[in-house]
Amino acid sequence: MTIPRRQALKAIASLALLAMTAAPAAGARPPSLTEAAGTYRVAGSSVIHFTVPQAGGGSGLAGDFGKFSGRFRIDGNNIEQSSVEFTLYPESVRSRERRIENFLRSSAVFDTANFKTITFRSTIVRQTGPDTATVEGTLTARGKSRKERFEVTLTDWNRRSIAFTIRGSIRRAPYGMDVGTPIYSNVVQFDMKIRGQRR
Amino acid sequence: MLRNSRSEFGSATIVLHWTIAALILGLTLIGFVMRRTDIDPALQFSLYQWHKSFGFTALGLATLRTAWWLVERSPAPPPGLGALEHIAARMAHGALIVLALAVPLAGWAVASASTLDIPSFYFNAVVIPHLPLAKSEASEAFWAFVHALLGYVTLGLVAIHAAAALYHHFIRRDAVLVRMLGFGTRSHHLRTPDAEENDDPIVERK
Repeated sequence: MTIPRRQALKAIASLALLAMTAAPAAGARPPSLTEAAGTYRVAGSSVIHFTVPQAGGGSGLAGDFGKFSGRFRIDGNNIEQSSVEFTLYPESVRSRERRIENFLRSSAVFDTANFKTITFRSTIVRQTGPDTATVEGTLTARGKSRKERFEVTLTDWNRRSIAFTIRGSIRRAPYGMDVGTPIYSNVVQFDMKIRGQRR
Repeated sequence: MLRNSRSEFGSATIVLHWTIAALILGLTLIGFVMRRTDIDPALQFSLYQWHKSFGFTALGLATLRTAWWLVERSPAPPPGLGALEHIAARMAHGALIVLALAVPLAGWAVASASTLDIPSFYFNAVVIPHLPLAKSEASEAFWAFVHALLGYVTLGLVAIHAAAALYHHFIRRDAVLVRMLGFGTRSHHLRTPDAEENDDPIVERK
């Protein structure tokens, strides 16, 4: 079946218009704190990506977590009072092949049979720039809790949602996940794209 | 003496022989353990890496052994060895020399072709590059099969080789095993072959 050319052009034009109106209102200006204040739920479209560099360069080991949940609150009066709670389910880890996924789930790494979740609870949020902040908190994995810090950059926002990239370098050995070092770095690079839907 | 003589092995041959022998047996043992399905996954990962590091060591020493075997004379066979026995021994030794190279090379191919792409970090000191092989499940499986098959053949030949050495020592009572152990006959080669009949080791050690 062929679509008449004129009709196709019309469809493309209306799609473009739709895209323009749906574009976030963020623009160049980050939202004011009062504008952004509120409670958000971490959307399923968020991406939790990690990389473990390997000896001799190369791509290293990379993966994503498919299942997670979380919420955060941006305090309109005092950003330091803002908070994040995040849970991820290591069973949902995805990598480039099944053998790697199974190894990550095994007792050597996440030990998902005994530890179903990895959690993060913030203790303090510090604004470091007009659209950047650091979030400090307690990361709990394999029953061990440690203070960790993530760098947050605002990337997008509108009245209903807000998006950040969040980066952090986590040493895995203290959580009992030192398997494979030093072939694979002890430091895991987290690169997350978190979208929050206003509740 | 570093070099082989007409009747004896020099220390270079002896040290290479026994080091490679120990590596072959150790690597086979690690190979069996690491392939077990009920093994702890962290231990399994470590064993694979040890297997690779010792395997590369075996490859390096086997290369030296081959070069030495090619340039150095071999001591004469013990007296009374039949022509057929001599040919069989030469073939077995040649096969062991070739297999000591082929098995680790095939192992290197497994690590290189594996889609897991785990670096070979030699004793956590130097990254040994992969061989230029296409990475695919099929290629990895093929080389793993070749590596295992050659490994089993080597193990079989080692058993025959060891049995032959014991046969020489206990049944034929000749110097075949003793001269590879590097003691017992050392005093002999300090003398001319003519003087061997009158040898007295006790006097010799003084």
